[in-house]
Amino acid sequence: MENVLQLEKVSFSYGNSDAVKNISLIVEEGDFVGLIGPNGSGKTTLLKIILGILTPQKGSVYLFEKNLKEFSEWCKIGYVPQKATNIDKNFPATVYEVVSMGLLPVLKFPKIITKDDDNKIKNALSVVKMDEYSQNRITELSGGQQQRVLIAKALVTAPKILILDEPTTGVDQENQKAFYDLLGKLNNKGMTIILVSHDIGRITQYVTKIASINQKLEFYGSHKEFCSRDKEHKHEHSLCLDKG
Amino acid sequence: MIEILSYTFMQKAFISGIVIAIACSLLGMFLVLRKFSLIGDGIAHISFGGVATGLLFNITPFIGAFLFGLIGSFGILKLKEKSHLHGDTAIGIVSHASLGIGIFIASIASGFNVDILSYLFGSILSIKTTELVLSVILALTVISFILIYYKDLFYISFDEESAKVSGIKVDFLNSMLIVLTAITIVCSMNIVGLMLASSLIILPSASALQIKTSFKKTLVYSVLISVMSVVSGLVVAYYYDFAVSGTIVMINAVIFLSLLIYNKLQSHYSARRLSASQ
Repeated sequence: MENVLQLEKVSFSYGNSDAVKNISLIVEEGDFVGLIGPNGSGKTTLLKIILGILTPQKGSVYLFEKNLKEFSEWCKIGYVPQKATNIDKNFPATVYEVVSMGLLPVLKFPKIITKDDDNKIKNALSVVKMDEYSQNRITELSGGQQQRVLIAKALVTAPKILILDEPTTGVDQENQKAFYDLLGKLNNKGMTIILVSHDIGRITQYVTKIASINQKLEFYGSHKEFCSRDKEHKHEHSLCLDKG
Repeated sequence: MIEILSYTFMQKAFISGIVIAIACSLLGMFLVLRKFSLIGDGIAHISFGGVATGLLFNITPFIGAFLFGLIGSFGILKLKEKSHLHGDTAIGIVSHASLGIGIFIASIASGFNVDILSYLFGSILSIKTTELVLSVILALTVISFILIYYKDLFYISFDEESAKVSGIKVDFLNSMLIVLTAITIVCSMNIVGLMLASSLIILPSASALQIKTSFKKTLVYSVLISVMSVVSGLVVAYYYDFAVSGTIVMINAVIFLSLLIYNKLQSHYSARRLSASQ
């Protein structure tokens, strides 16, 4: 099985303040990893390092077994930012236009959408059940619907891995469930997923591995191992309550 | 209308006005969406220093303004990067330093203050053929760049971080946006003047955004509003002997206000219809 992501002793600090310290982990193809930790634990910093937005001061990052410095196949990565709450209310874009942005890494000059690309956009919208909204403005949609559109944007290049940063912020409970169900289905079809979330109770129904960080990697393993470790520490973690 | 086109100075004004209107509206949409719209004002202040320096050393003021605008825009980028200042602070420092140079030169070298006023407030009578050719070439360069990178600019305006992850050269495009703004401001100097140069960047885009449609259509509306305001502004100013720059800006402001009011009324009535149907 291919290593989709490998972190080797990765450290990053903002000035004198350590954000992540000496983190090593491997994500394999088909994993659904829940990246959890308290506020300020370094989750988003780690995500930015994985995505190449920040360069670690120490350690190495490998994507698809290639050093991040040499990695260029960004169409293999689907990224869903914590965006729904930040979309400018005046931004003039239809759902179709937003999803078409996802194709940019693979479009060749003059970057015109072909019939084949059009089908890819429609398919991605159909996967997230947003096809009937394709001509609506993204700002007219609810938070949950916007987040689905952003997933469609990430899926349009058929990526191998989907990385999501707190995707359900600002999304109501009912839509959150539908959203996680969708991620579960994508993972069942073989998609590798890394999900940063504080909603640890909800995500345990879907994740296959948990990475708990607080600057350092405190735990990385299966959900079962995480619960037994918690019981040893004699404090029931909410994470272990929901798993059926 | 035929009479107006029989004058060479009006022909020059229409040609450069239309090309500049297109460049300003295309560029303006991305600047407004990225909340960079006031950079135009900053670069206009920088260019004033260039105009005064040009007049002092007997260099075409257009060239002086262009060089100052270009160097100043890079200065803003470098200052922001090296000193970790906020963008608006860096714009303020560089633009006011250059504005100070301009005022200082104007005060020590009396004699060209009338010329300076024509660059500050625009003067279609003063458009020289070389300036016309240069401004059309530069404006066409701006238009071509934006059309080539339209999708990338759209993506970084929507979400810079995701665009970066997709491998889009965000830093290059951000720098180019500032350089293109410098070029556009200098090009529009003769028509609307440095004082109102950024109005053609901001107002047509802000008006088009009131129409609330797709991005592609919003961009087309922005270009149409911009061209329409420049053409009608030139015609009205010619027949009623008004100042061209003020007329163009006022037409733009009226279009913006009309669309804003229409938009508000429409939302109000649709909300009322919805509550009546429930």
